[in-house]
Amino acid sequence: MPALMPALCRDCCQEAPADRPTCPACGSRRLVRHAELFTLTVAHIDCDAFYASIEKRDRPELLARPVIVGGGKRGVVSAACYLARTTGVRSAMPMFKALRLCPDAVVIKPQMAKYVAAARQIRELMEALTPLVQPLSIDEAVLDLRGTEALHRAPPALTLARFALDVERQVGVTISLGLAPNRLLAKLTAERDKPRGFAVLGASEAAAWLAPQPVSLLPGVGPALQKRLEAAGFTRLGQLAALDAREALRRFGEDGPSLAARARGEDSRPVDPSREVKSISAETTFETDLATLATLEAPLWRLCEKLGRRLRDKSLAAAGVVLKLKTADFRQRTRNMRLPVPSLVPETLFAAARSLLAKEVDGTAFRLIGIGAQPLAPAAAADQGDLVDPDAPRRRARWQAMETLRARFGEGAVALGRGLRPR
Amino acid sequence: MKFTVERALLLKALAHVQSVVERRNTIPILANVLLAAQEGSLKLTATDMEIAVVEDLAGVQVARPGRTTAPAATLYEIVRKLPDGAKVELDHAGGDAPLRLRAGRFNTDLAVLPVEDFPSMTEGKLPHGFALPAGQLRELIDRTRFAISTEETRYYLNGIFLHATESEGARVLRAVATDGHRLARVEEPLPEGAAGMPGVIIPRKTVNEVRKLAEETQDEIAVKLSDTKIRFDIGTVQLTSKLIDGTFPEYDRVIPRGNDKVLKVLKKEFAEAVGRVAAISSERSRPVKLSIDRNHLLLSASSAEQGQAQEELDSDVVKYESSPLEIGFQARYLNDITDQIAEQVEFRFADGSAPTVVTDAAKPEALYVLMPMRV
Repeated sequence: MPALMPALCRDCCQEAPADRPTCPACGSRRLVRHAELFTLTVAHIDCDAFYASIEKRDRPELLARPVIVGGGKRGVVSAACYLARTTGVRSAMPMFKALRLCPDAVVIKPQMAKYVAAARQIRELMEALTPLVQPLSIDEAVLDLRGTEALHRAPPALTLARFALDVERQVGVTISLGLAPNRLLAKLTAERDKPRGFAVLGASEAAAWLAPQPVSLLPGVGPALQKRLEAAGFTRLGQLAALDAREALRRFGEDGPSLAARARGEDSRPVDPSREVKSISAETTFETDLATLATLEAPLWRLCEKLGRRLRDKSLAAAGVVLKLKTADFRQRTRNMRLPVPSLVPETLFAAARSLLAKEVDGTAFRLIGIGAQPLAPAAAADQGDLVDPDAPRRRARWQAMETLRARFGEGAVALGRGLRPR
Repeated sequence: MKFTVERALLLKALAHVQSVVERRNTIPILANVLLAAQEGSLKLTATDMEIAVVEDLAGVQVARPGRTTAPAATLYEIVRKLPDGAKVELDHAGGDAPLRLRAGRFNTDLAVLPVEDFPSMTEGKLPHGFALPAGQLRELIDRTRFAISTEETRYYLNGIFLHATESEGARVLRAVATDGHRLARVEEPLPEGAAGMPGVIIPRKTVNEVRKLAEETQDEIAVKLSDTKIRFDIGTVQLTSKLIDGTFPEYDRVIPRGNDKVLKVLKKEFAEAVGRVAAISSERSRPVKLSIDRNHLLLSASSAEQGQAQEELDSDVVKYESSPLEIGFQARYLNDITDQIAEQVEFRFADGSAPTVVTDAAKPEALYVLMPMRV
């Protein structure tokens, strides 16, 4: 080990000598040492059990109890605190299963407004560090701090350590971060030290670290691809990394070369603040399984209304819609279709989604339905109408008028008949 | 089954039926043509389950009647490559035995599939029928089919909407196609027997097959139809097709009535200028801007990478009396329409962003509507 390996203290946020077990300034043991510590600039930041952490922040009496945030008895786990996770509870797990694993968990219904407010606070802190902030979800983002040394009078690693403490103090939740040479490695690195982590992976050690890992570690290698890779004898990333581009193309088709490159830890994607979202969606899990078109239409309509608003808030529109269904036995079906003209009006989204839904209704019981907008288009290009559908601009105007009324007089002020629930 | 036939006759018959066979087929029997020989004639059938084409071929010396199926594309390729004037003998011993083809000193064995597997398309009752001169059918198709949509979402646009209606007091048979960006509407005098017919959407592939078959004849073509099927009798060929099960949109209300800015321009000069100007554009849609002033038309296009191009047309080819106007269209959409116009193109505009009506100044029975694009 070289004598002068850079190190920093995560509690007083200062450079620290590498050869001491504790920080000489504050006595903390939370020191980070790494040869490339002060040259790496890309950080992946992930909030720890975000929703659950916020609930614990607001109800300190829950601090020592397992907390699960999720919807209803039939919903899924949106977030589980680390205490609950020790019993095996994971996000996206059905609630009944989670409660079987952790019967004494405190279940809290998600209060999105609270989480969004906290996420916005964190986002603002991030944007004070660098303009290169690319949010990946409500509690996850990737940052590039290249060129910010002069501004912050500190290398990125120190700036990030301060940021982590700022988030703890000002927002009241902890984060884990991964510092690495590129986005892919930063994401994988952030996973290595959780919660309240600060993991570093240098360019020189990336390949060696990746090689023995299972292929499923790579984002984008889902169960289907994993099966295919394993069937071809590729179980470890090192095996994929060894393929040259030609061989990768021959074996795995046009995505092969990029797969091999990622297995070597290569990633040329820049942090792009404008590439915030690729799709916008909304979904809901039912109280009881639904199987008929008539009963599924009602929640689908409400989701289309929600999706329309989300699109509008981001000045986006759907150029296509994706319908997602989960069967009672947890099989997922997704179906998509392009829209002839992009739209953000719930009626139009609903008409497209309904036609997809109609083909799936075959007596199967579903527990979840979701609708997404993908690909996205700018809102300005939406609902222009064409010779086949000249009324699209009027539908858009009508919906906007209804939204204005709702904003002023409340949700119930005006609704389409379809949206009325039987009393 | 055993018969002998003139190479040219067989080739023509195979050409008629084999184009309906899908190249990429998941059901093997659909790649085959059904050959049925009986007293002096040969019947050839091919289908893709949506369309069935049957040809009755006379002048065949049948030695032994019978039926079998053989790969349509291969058989066609072989017969095509036989020398002109050759006598072709086809011999099938029955069952799984191969189909032997002999011509001169050439012979080949083709694998067959059982006749029982060959799907038959039941056409059901076709209660409506009329006859249309081949020329009229060609016009109806040629002037509308470019506007047929390929978009799967609105599948009911993937064909020509054929229906009986009234146009300015006259009863007409009308064909309409649209892809949302342009609409083509063409009519012919209503033939006898067509008055009570339902409006039907004829799928694109059927339209193209019928158009090919209609090329060769000047006779009348008999059309028979129901709500779900349509049959064309063209010479010795009979084509039956399913119809698109859907509702064609109410196209009438998107045809502007009040457009009063009229531009008349000679077709040849206009179409060529559009082509030249659009060549600069690197966008897929190749937008062309029309800047119109009194008896003057400036066509222009530009691309960020390659620069810009423009061409002026003056009063010797342009007539325009209304207030100045700027409007943009896709070059291909303009050319698709001018291709159907003989001499003078007539545009009727409302403004730079509203649908525009285009007609052949000499043939008002064909009308096109074009959506402008932002340029």
